[in-house]
Amino acid sequence: MSALAGLLALLLHMALMLAAAPLLIGLARKAKARMVGREGPPIVQPWRDIARLLRKQPVVADSTSWLFRAAPTVSFAATLAAAALVPSFALGMLSGDASDLLVLAGLLALGRAVLALAGMDTGTSFGGIGASREMTFAVVAEPALLLVVYTLALLAGTTNLDSIASLIASGVLGLRISMAMALVAACLVAIAECGRVPVDNPATHLELTMVHEAMVLEYSGRHLALIELTAALRLLVWTSLILVIFAPFGIAPHLAEGGAWIGLLWVRGVVAWGVKVAILGLILAAFETTRAKLRVFRVPELLGAALLLGFLAAILLFVSQGFAAELPTIGGLG
Amino acid sequence: MNHIGYGVMSYDVAHLLGGTMLLLSFALLSQRRIASTIDTYAIQAVTLAIAACWQGWVQHEPSLYLTGAIAFGAKAVVIPLMLKRSVRLLNLHDAREQALSIFTAMALGVALVALSIMVVLPTTMQAGALTREDLALALSVVLLGLLMMITRRTAFTQVIGFMSLENGLILAAVGVAGMPLVVELSVAVLVLVGFVVFGVFLRRMRVHFHSLDTTHLDRVGSAQR
Amino acid sequence: MMSDFLSPVALVPALPLAGALLAALVRDPRFGAYVAIAAAAGGFAAACLLPSEIGSSLFLLVDPVSAHLALLTAFVGLTTAIYSRRYIARELETGRLDETRVQRYHTVLLCFLGFMLLALLSNNLGIAWVALEAATISAVLGVGLPRTAESIEASWKFFLICGVGIALALFGTVVLYLAAMPALGPGYGAMTWTELAQAAPQIRPTLLNLAFVFLLVGYGTKAGLVPLHSWMPDAHAEGPTPISAVLAGSVLNVALLLIMRLRGVMAANGQSIDPGPPLMALGLFSVLLGAFSLWGRRDVKRFFAFSSIEQSGLAAFAIGLGGVGGIFAALLHMTVHTLAKSAVYQAVGRAAQRKGGQTFNDITGLIASDRALGLTLAAAVIAVAGLPPFGLFASEVLVLSESLRHTPLLTPLLMLGLLVGGWKLLARLISLCLGPPTEAVGPAVNWVALLPTWVHLAIIAVLGFAMPSAVAEWLVAAARSIPGGAL
Repeated sequence: MSALAGLLALLLHMALMLAAAPLLIGLARKAKARMVGREGPPIVQPWRDIARLLRKQPVVADSTSWLFRAAPTVSFAATLAAAALVPSFALGMLSGDASDLLVLAGLLALGRAVLALAGMDTGTSFGGIGASREMTFAVVAEPALLLVVYTLALLAGTTNLDSIASLIASGVLGLRISMAMALVAACLVAIAECGRVPVDNPATHLELTMVHEAMVLEYSGRHLALIELTAALRLLVWTSLILVIFAPFGIAPHLAEGGAWIGLLWVRGVVAWGVKVAILGLILAAFETTRAKLRVFRVPELLGAALLLGFLAAILLFVSQGFAAELPTIGGLG
Repeated sequence: MNHIGYGVMSYDVAHLLGGTMLLLSFALLSQRRIASTIDTYAIQAVTLAIAACWQGWVQHEPSLYLTGAIAFGAKAVVIPLMLKRSVRLLNLHDAREQALSIFTAMALGVALVALSIMVVLPTTMQAGALTREDLALALSVVLLGLLMMITRRTAFTQVIGFMSLENGLILAAVGVAGMPLVVELSVAVLVLVGFVVFGVFLRRMRVHFHSLDTTHLDRVGSAQR
Repeated sequence: MMSDFLSPVALVPALPLAGALLAALVRDPRFGAYVAIAAAAGGFAAACLLPSEIGSSLFLLVDPVSAHLALLTAFVGLTTAIYSRRYIARELETGRLDETRVQRYHTVLLCFLGFMLLALLSNNLGIAWVALEAATISAVLGVGLPRTAESIEASWKFFLICGVGIALALFGTVVLYLAAMPALGPGYGAMTWTELAQAAPQIRPTLLNLAFVFLLVGYGTKAGLVPLHSWMPDAHAEGPTPISAVLAGSVLNVALLLIMRLRGVMAANGQSIDPGPPLMALGLFSVLLGAFSLWGRRDVKRFFAFSSIEQSGLAAFAIGLGGVGGIFAALLHMTVHTLAKSAVYQAVGRAAQRKGGQTFNDITGLIASDRALGLTLAAAVIAVAGLPPFGLFASEVLVLSESLRHTPLLTPLLMLGLLVGGWKLLARLISLCLGPPTEAVGPAVNWVALLPTWVHLAIIAVLGFAMPSAVAEWLVAAARSIPGGAL
């Protein structure tokens, strides 16, 4: 019975993710525009763009290979798989046992690597610039992400996202500064991975400032539609990940705990998730509006700060737990 | 699946405050501008004051509230104000500060934190966890303050590094239960150091060297004399 | 037990500190000098009563060691105050110091003296630390008084290095308190030397080791142990000479006393590491580094500062050896070295004023130009070099014989350091006192002005040549009060 519920939850979850991803991008754009005094495009505009691009025929350069044509599909597949692993409105989906944080990191890395290869495949200098910059950022972002994973694993005893999320949702952990540091580190890594300001401006086409755009400059038609969808889905995956770990309010628990009310809990979960994603989108928009893009060689410093925060979070957990064999006592008297 | 035991509130809050101080020490290491260095130091002093008051509540020791008040008043308010005034008077610009790159400094900082944890935690096995942790974090803050003194060129920021070192010391002193009146005495003397010495020195160094760059101060210390 | 605030013991630090307050209020430099002499004399008079006031209370501890060192410090403080009167008058004339600075100078000198005495006589670890820190601040301010760039650099270095050392010492104090807390309970008990000594076997050994490391590093900085000695040459060279004269001996003594007491506690606690080897290692390095650094020095005061590092290292080595023999030798050495070094600095200070400079090029042929000053300086340098009949010879021989008995392998190194140092000192003596004189700039110095210096030298000679048995017994009693066997 729980397997059926899990499958249902998973299907609903995938539909939600795919539908909501471009809407999140649209919301962020609209909010940014409003903040600087413009009217801004409608929120559903990204869907319209994707629909338009799907109708067009792709133009492919002569100098490219099969990789160029395969990359959008592979990248989309990897990101879709990642989306399946991150719970959004309910825990205990069918993919729950497989949703491991390390697997997630690997899938996202796969998506990024394939696009970088495609960028280099075109043989143009823009593609090379974009790919090399993206990989440089990844070199510092990945260890930061792994340290965050390590911190969470120390806290929960496992890297399974489902278990971690249910542990944190149960509220047992209390006030922990390591979580706060991990949150900041995760947000910084998310910004770097999704290519948002201050790491990369998603709306730019100036050669000096492009990172992600430079990699995908040569794409058109349905390839470009897939890539846009992938980028949107990536942002939503990261948003959901941060929400499910650090702000799991309103998420529906496992079927075993929910019992007969599971349907109602799911509805509540969807609403809660929608509201949280929207809020986070607005926060992202505000953050982007108030910041300037960093110079490229400063970005590793920003990610170095994330790495440091990850280190400190893990170290502080060791201080509170590692060598101590006894439970803490009040007042610290021997 | 096992996960760590969860402490009582006293432990968690102390852990939070100590971790914040450690984070601020790293932030101090990475500041490029003088104004932001002073602000970061002020925030660290505020955190120290809160930590002292919290320890006072946990240990039922009212004299620690006084320590917290002194830390707040002197270190978080008066000293940063005086520092900013000095910056204006001495007309300091954001000179090329670092003797080491920020990345190297950070890496060394992490190594020092790991070192202090490895030194303190095993040797204090019999003490309560709260004290041990405060001690480990305090020693880390002290060592990071020392690192800041080493990695900076101008006298101004070296003094701030020294005062951040003092913050770590006071954190250690308040973390140990029941240390008597001396806590106040220590606080008083440390504050005195900050007031007297830097007020006297920075003015003089500026007058003599027309800058606060301590690489100028190499006349006496050579092997020639 | 005695009441703390009115007893003669409390007067010993209180009188100099009261004098400091008075000096801070009065602008007249001559009056300031007399206040300094009066306050130092009062402190010394009170200190003379110390041997009859052996005992302890909550805040003050008078045992033979601290009584001895306090008496020594008060005495040196008095002679320095007397010496400084004319010296500062001369500095005022030449314009190296102005009236405001002279006023500050007297305040600082008395503060320094008072806080050092407080640190020596304190029973409470925390108060001793506070007093030592306050003394450091006074010394830093004092060293920075002359308006030269070099003195500012010297005092800045002094501040940084000693400040860091003091900070680490505070951390060590906190850890020591933590170590003693389960045995003595929270509160004043775990910070009191007497109770620590009694409860030593119950102190947690691991924490005691940790505390020892920090306290050794922190207080070792003040004692000038290598590798934390780099503040010393500059501070001694650039500050006003009386501060160098007082600094030279007394701060080392205070720091070494605290280390000695710690050693006693650790030795009584059987499970902690043996404090002897680290102390001996640091001491030996200091001896060797100090001795070999005497080459290539051009500034006279820096030269003698390195000699101070060497002698301080020897004292630390003797403390590390421990046992009645080792501590006796250490105490004797600290005594004669303090007296001898202040004598040297007093003479050098006068010579520098006379010749208008303090490098070896400036000062030569003193005996030819000023018989009194030249002979005094010669006698003082012979004393510091460790030649008979002066006391340093006796103390060095004692340390070497103790070392031969317990660590025969290290003795040759020690002897090498001492011989090298002594030889270089004598070589410089020849250049300073003999040969053609350089021209004189300042006023001549007669025998009367050199009286304090000769008093020091006389005491050293007596201690070296014909130590009265009462003094010997006194020192043996002092040595016995520090537990801790030799290796």
